[in-house]
Amino acid sequence: MLEGTLVMIAKSIIIFVVFLQLVPIVLLAERKVMGRFQSRIGPNRVGFRGMMQPLADVGKLLSKEAFTPASAIPWMMAIAPVISVTTAVATMAVIPFGPYDAWGGGFGLYGIDVSIGILYFFAFGSLAFYGLMLGGWSSGSKYSFLGAMRAAAQLISYEVALGLSLLGVVMTAGSMSLVDIVEQQSDMWYVVPQFVGFCIFMVAGFAESARAPFDLPEGDAEIVGGYNTEFGGMRFGSFFMAEYMEVLVISGIAATCFLGGWRGPGPEALAPLWMLIKILAGAFFFIWIRSSLPRLRYDQLMSFGWKILLPLATLNVLVTAIVLVVT
Amino acid sequence: MATNWRDAAKPIDRGPEPGGVGAVYRVFGETLRGLKTTFGRAVEGHHVIQYPEEKTPVYPRFRGRHKLHRFEDTGLEKCVGCSLCAAACPAKCIRVVAEENTPENQVSAGERHAAVYEINLSRCIFCGYCEVACPFDAITMGNDYELADYSRSDLIFTKEMLLADSPEHTPLRREGE
Repeated sequence: MLEGTLVMIAKSIIIFVVFLQLVPIVLLAERKVMGRFQSRIGPNRVGFRGMMQPLADVGKLLSKEAFTPASAIPWMMAIAPVISVTTAVATMAVIPFGPYDAWGGGFGLYGIDVSIGILYFFAFGSLAFYGLMLGGWSSGSKYSFLGAMRAAAQLISYEVALGLSLLGVVMTAGSMSLVDIVEQQSDMWYVVPQFVGFCIFMVAGFAESARAPFDLPEGDAEIVGGYNTEFGGMRFGSFFMAEYMEVLVISGIAATCFLGGWRGPGPEALAPLWMLIKILAGAFFFIWIRSSLPRLRYDQLMSFGWKILLPLATLNVLVTAIVLVVT
Repeated sequence: MATNWRDAAKPIDRGPEPGGVGAVYRVFGETLRGLKTTFGRAVEGHHVIQYPEEKTPVYPRFRGRHKLHRFEDTGLEKCVGCSLCAAACPAKCIRVVAEENTPENQVSAGERHAAVYEINLSRCIFCGYCEVACPFDAITMGNDYELADYSRSDLIFTKEMLLADSPEHTPLRREGE
């Protein structure tokens, strides 16, 4: 019993540390890779080829003032970034990095194997928007308020499609546990039979993580900085970090549900490596999309979510159900 | 001759109607095309000049900071203090105070020389009229363009500064490059 508890503590620390270290890597990768996509070099002054740039960024953010406007609600402003970060970190607990007993010792390479893994992900994905909404609303600024309203509307529009896109996978695998879903993909990755679901999941995932081209809650060109306009210093840094964590979480869920999770060539002990590669490839895709596509107009975002994505996701679920019953 | 404008008018080339199943397909295709374009840029490599380390060479007729010249054989200044440059200057940034040459103090080749020759580079518009106005080719536009400084008074260049060789050497483009 004690041993089990110790293993749990060790696992949670390792997952948290690894996950936290991925954020600066993705941050740097975003700036460097996006530079390449835009025919520039990207940061190259701090450290060897700009490797220390995330450290310099964090140092800058830490030394800045966490300003609270007079019209704001201070305690809510303080709690909003915490919600964003916590929900993103919490989701990482269910993403499996390897099967049970892959490294021996009788433990699985995941935080917990809950039987409702996907529901857990949805629950925290929905909670993450409270960070954005409370942050924007409590700032007491019109731009933040607009950003918060956009975040709320975007959540409602895309959460449904996101759920329906994963329903096909859940039906095929016959389980909501992410570990079981990966185990079921031994013959074929679900990206092949569930290709439409994969596309819908990625599109809705972009909206869920409020990344370009669905970064309307932030919308720096039209509403200054959206929900994080009034946040300074590490409070802004937390939102920023949460955004990148959200990217990693979406990539992790996409890799788990559609791209075969930890599966890859080589011995089973290499499972976490394959999972990491898949997550980072997903993050690369996020960056690639961001440097390619312009931000959607607000009514386009809404009509796309309700008129195209939702019917498509419903159709996908129906077809999957029919195919499953027939075969 | 009466033209039937209704027939002559060309129909407007409109894009496909938005919405529908076709739109989904088009959005998907266009997205892939956009991704291909940006990836092509990444493969192609960057087009960056690392400025402080690398400088873009300037063209031979580039108008940078002014230079005053001396005769190479005698070492006398070419400027005779005629103030034509100051008169030609649209920005009124040149100040010349002329002085007679004496046998003991022969500064220039002519009868007079410039005792004070100042160019206020914070006002200069680098039009090159001073160069055109000068009858002795005493003032020319150089190649230096890195002129930023911490105070405005540092941007008033005196005769000594303009006569001296410029400390920075801006790379010059070869003819026809």
